[in-house]
Amino acid sequence: MRDFSYLRATSPAAAREAAALPGAMLLAGGTTLLDLAKCGVAEPETLVDISHLKGLDTIEVGEHGARLGALAKMSQVAGHEGIKSRFPAVSEALWQAASAQIRNMASIGGNLMQRTRCPYFRDPANFPACNKREPGSGCSAIGGVTRGHAVLGTSEACIAMYPGDLAVALVAFDATVHLGERQLSVDDFFLLPGTTPEREHAIQPGEMITQISIPASAAARRSTYLKVRDRQSYEFAAASAAVGIELEADGRTIRDLRVALGGVATKPWRARAVEEALKGKVLEEDAVRRASLLAVEGAVDHGANHYKIELAPRVVARAILKTGAMA
Amino acid sequence: MTSPTTIPIHLTINGHDHSLEVEPRVTLLDALRDRLDLTGTKKGCDQGQCGACTVHVDGERVLACLTLAAQVEGRSITTIEGLVEADGTLHAVQAAFLEQDAFQCGYCTPGQIMSAVACIREGHAGSDEEIREYMAGNLCRCGAYPHIVAAVRQAALEVQS
Repeated sequence: MRDFSYLRATSPAAAREAAALPGAMLLAGGTTLLDLAKCGVAEPETLVDISHLKGLDTIEVGEHGARLGALAKMSQVAGHEGIKSRFPAVSEALWQAASAQIRNMASIGGNLMQRTRCPYFRDPANFPACNKREPGSGCSAIGGVTRGHAVLGTSEACIAMYPGDLAVALVAFDATVHLGERQLSVDDFFLLPGTTPEREHAIQPGEMITQISIPASAAARRSTYLKVRDRQSYEFAAASAAVGIELEADGRTIRDLRVALGGVATKPWRARAVEEALKGKVLEEDAVRRASLLAVEGAVDHGANHYKIELAPRVVARAILKTGAMA
Repeated sequence: MTSPTTIPIHLTINGHDHSLEVEPRVTLLDALRDRLDLTGTKKGCDQGQCGACTVHVDGERVLACLTLAAQVEGRSITTIEGLVEADGTLHAVQAAFLEQDAFQCGYCTPGQIMSAVACIREGHAGSDEEIREYMAGNLCRCGAYPHIVAAVRQAALEVQS
């Protein structure tokens, strides 16, 4: 790990000012940043430690929805009673992510800044070509071992998968990222790779995530996060789905449906085609399985990740049926 | 090459204060092992994947390999050396690991024990299934998992009674 200077921020304004300087990066939980610094991917000149700032770790849940302070820990949000009752998919996405130790360290704002786990991106010594690290250098993953790479939202420049869980639930329920005064939907906060895979987030130098807000909805209240993976725990998703359902008074017709996918795309992936196909329809298995195939419309595989195109619709269908069966 | 710049930091570890000069990039793990001779905390992967370096910061389990020493100035740190009582009495989790033979080579054991102490305190040791889930961040290459689960279950019962 290259050496850097360390600065402990005393206020959000001071943190933003320091972070705007060339080579400076914000440090919160450090679980992504220090890991990538050890890999030789992140090479900060200055780390601006915001983990001691006061007042940015509050969690408020009420009739309007939820407000999550950027410095709230993953474990605190996962275990919050209001989140568990009004946004169960958010709690489930969090506690199925990482390990207990990492959830105690990682902040909610930092979670959104998590980088891809693409093994080529993480290994500059052996794979100099990576458009995400060095724009224009090429992509080592295309033609390489692709079992963990994306099938949705890819480009000729990059097929790196977005690895997180929380943001999948956040895009399903129309959450907003607060960058001080500026607000963006979580969906717009994450960028497709296109021709500029080096830019993953719509955040500018000198900006800092201060809060994430999630509007209340009946669909969020009746929601699930289903994560399928190679080992039972402490593993990234092979495919995952955040699903929320609101039923009509008849208890069987779908009034509102939210579906988002993880583990298969280059960003948290809202599957609106599945939602539209099922809204107004009776919740029954055949229709759900047919509609779930729309989740992977336009998917492109690179060999070893072909299984995700079959797996993702099955995960979506299981998540919808499980959520529909909830009381 | 110019000599690296160091910064003075003060750490509170197992109730004792320590003052040292470190480069900003020094992790809590390296500070414990290389500077303070607290070698009970182990370096496994050094990448946040194995849990061997688990310590407590303000009572919560975290990974010392992904924590900068400078970042925990002002916080209270507990390592495996701090679990034993002044008269030498082992913590209930340490005693349970011995009784259940919950290790083979022992390298992951300090991290397992620190994680288990927190797991029980969090209320996440109510069943074998829950113990497996909430201890998933501590890998054991020897595969002593069944005995580790038994030790955590035993200690949880003792701590709660």
